[in-house]
Amino acid sequence: MAKPLTLYEKIWADHVVERRDDGTCLIYIDRHLVHEVTSPQAFEGLRVAGRKVRRPDLTLAVPDHNLPTTARVDALGAMLPIADPESANQLSTLRANVVEFGVPYIDALDARQGIVHVVGPEQGFTLPGTTLVCGDSHTSAHGALGALAFGIGTSEVEHVLATQTLLLSPSKTMEVRVDGTLGFGVGPKDVVLAIIGKIGAAGGTGYVIEYTGEVIRAMSIEGRLTVSNMSIEGGARAGLIAPDEKTFDYLERRPMAPSGEDWERAVAYWRTLPTDAGAVYDRVVTLDAGDIAPSLTWGTSPEDVVPITGVVPDPESFADPSKRVAAQKSLDYMGLTPGTAMRDVAIEHVFIGSCTNSRIEDLRAAAAVVEGRHVADGIRQALIVPGSGLVKRQAEAEGLDRIFIQAGFQWREPGCSMCLAMNPDKVPSGERCASTSNRNFVGRQGPGARTHLVSPAMAAAAAVTGRLTDVRELMTPDK
Amino acid sequence: MDPVRIVEGRAYPWGAKNIDTDIIIPAHWLKTITRTGLAKGAFETVRAVEGNIFDDPRYAGSPILIAGDNFGCGSSREHAAWALADMGVKAVIAPSFSDIFSGNAFKNGIVPVVLPQEAIDRLVEVAQDSEVTVDLETMTVTTPFQDRFPFELDSFRRDCLMQGLDEVGLTLARDTAISKYESGVAQDRPWIAVGSGHEGFAVEGAGRT
Ligand code: SF4
Repeated sequence: MAKPLTLYEKIWADHVVERRDDGTCLIYIDRHLVHEVTSPQAFEGLRVAGRKVRRPDLTLAVPDHNLPTTARVDALGAMLPIADPESANQLSTLRANVVEFGVPYIDALDARQGIVHVVGPEQGFTLPGTTLVCGDSHTSAHGALGALAFGIGTSEVEHVLATQTLLLSPSKTMEVRVDGTLGFGVGPKDVVLAIIGKIGAAGGTGYVIEYTGEVIRAMSIEGRLTVSNMSIEGGARAGLIAPDEKTFDYLERRPMAPSGEDWERAVAYWRTLPTDAGAVYDRVVTLDAGDIAPSLTWGTSPEDVVPITGVVPDPESFADPSKRVAAQKSLDYMGLTPGTAMRDVAIEHVFIGSCTNSRIEDLRAAAAVVEGRHVADGIRQALIVPGSGLVKRQAEAEGLDRIFIQAGFQWREPGCSMCLAMNPDKVPSGERCASTSNRNFVGRQGPGARTHLVSPAMAAAAAVTGRLTDVRELMTPDK
Repeated sequence: MDPVRIVEGRAYPWGAKNIDTDIIIPAHWLKTITRTGLAKGAFETVRAVEGNIFDDPRYAGSPILIAGDNFGCGSSREHAAWALADMGVKAVIAPSFSDIFSGNAFKNGIVPVVLPQEAIDRLVEVAQDSEVTVDLETMTVTTPFQDRFPFELDSFRRDCLMQGLDEVGLTLARDTAISKYESGVAQDRPWIAVGSGHEGFAVEGAGRT
């Protein structure tokens, strides 16, 4: 009998073009997403060397990081200029490059435009059993559909554009199993924060994580995307979730997904991918869903996780001396005192968006908390930034935009927005933000900005109370 | 790419852990469309503090940086490697690196040297006032005081560094193998070719986006 294999091992084996003596492999890349920030120097490299894009048909470019999320067209429908000359330059460079190299492109004014990691699954560009790369670390998100997906640097972007391959060494495998049933008010973001809190920000380094267990199986594709998205925050280059009926239902009839006979053949192949019984992972971590509460971060690393019912930790409580120093620095930066209840921390900004939490279910979860309430007085900015134009359109069809606008939120155009301080949406220095994004690093949301990572429901709860809040207090159990 | 065989000289005796790419080069520097000129933005937030290691004249222009665990974690931005290269850094010594950063470092002629924490502690001490040598021929880090720390590097990457080889060019030479793989896929998994899908961009089905 053949050796039982993990999902990762199966995808890897099907993409080896050549194996070298030292164990590294030339791996074929099925899908390549491109955005404006990490691609200009790659296209520049091709141009200088007189090379072309090998498979433009397997490539898809979309602008997201630099685009302002305010109105993009004037009353007459003409595109408004982008104020920041450097942003404008990166965006126009992408446009020029896709034309020169013949790469399929979704323009800023297209209804399909959005954050690459929202667009890929939504268009059916992301498929199970494929290898997918993008010059962006949160490419790990696409693993939710069973694609081996990871972020690459710009030289690798150039390598993939030119050769449609990458030279890689196999990763170790880690199973993260979450069994049991999630408690009331606990969602995918809380699950992934709890996982990172447990394994640490470097715990997954060198591994590809496969998420398994009842909780993951029960999760929607949107929820799985949230979990897999943050694999990189636990140090793992990629996350994987075995494709199942939910995955197939999600993908069927999407514009770039296979159809007809191809669809049937694809599904038959996808069904062979899940990890075989008896396959061995290099490391196994288990969590009990019952132990996971609505969670958030207190510090400047995504591993600095506490339940909302918790307090700001005392740096002295860390056994590791270097952790003690790091915790003290984090607290100084975050302006927090040990022992303070997380629920007593006042905030000034709320950001609901980013490739972690800007899909329709995220907006529904936030709207359910916001409905009939109003953004608190002390809040200076409360942004809702849909992950794509199609998410925005769907939310508007459901009336979610009106719930948010009436409550005092700003309803924006799709893009990365306040997830990173690269476009006009920023958190001012020294001010505090409840954010559904994925990174609470120093300066991530703007120089001096203080970030608490939370779920969409928790962000909504913080917006209406003006402080970090246990969302369960604002929810009715049967809702 | 220039070949790298030996990196020797002063080293920033930093030793800090979990240095993420936002610290190496903050996001607002990512708007460039070329690979050069990023030294100005390197470690901007660290350098905003008086008495920081990067503005200390003793270490100015050092080709080596000594850091703690998990160097280069965070985003995949290659700008972090370009910024270091633009500062003149040709080797970073740390107990561990993020996978993406070490890949980016190699491709830009920066050697990511992995050494245990005890070695890092010793090097941080030595580098206060002495030089450090990273030698790819002998695969060791040495100091003027008889310290000798062996390290490992993937042999392919070592060759590329030492000969200054261009990886894209090397892979393009494997074109026959790639084309053969592609024809196999066209047979076995024809749906991989995008375009067999539906026309237009509407996503059908209620409530789907
Ligand atoms: S939303 Fe944030 S994490 Fe996601 S791709 Fe954009 S900048 Fe990166």
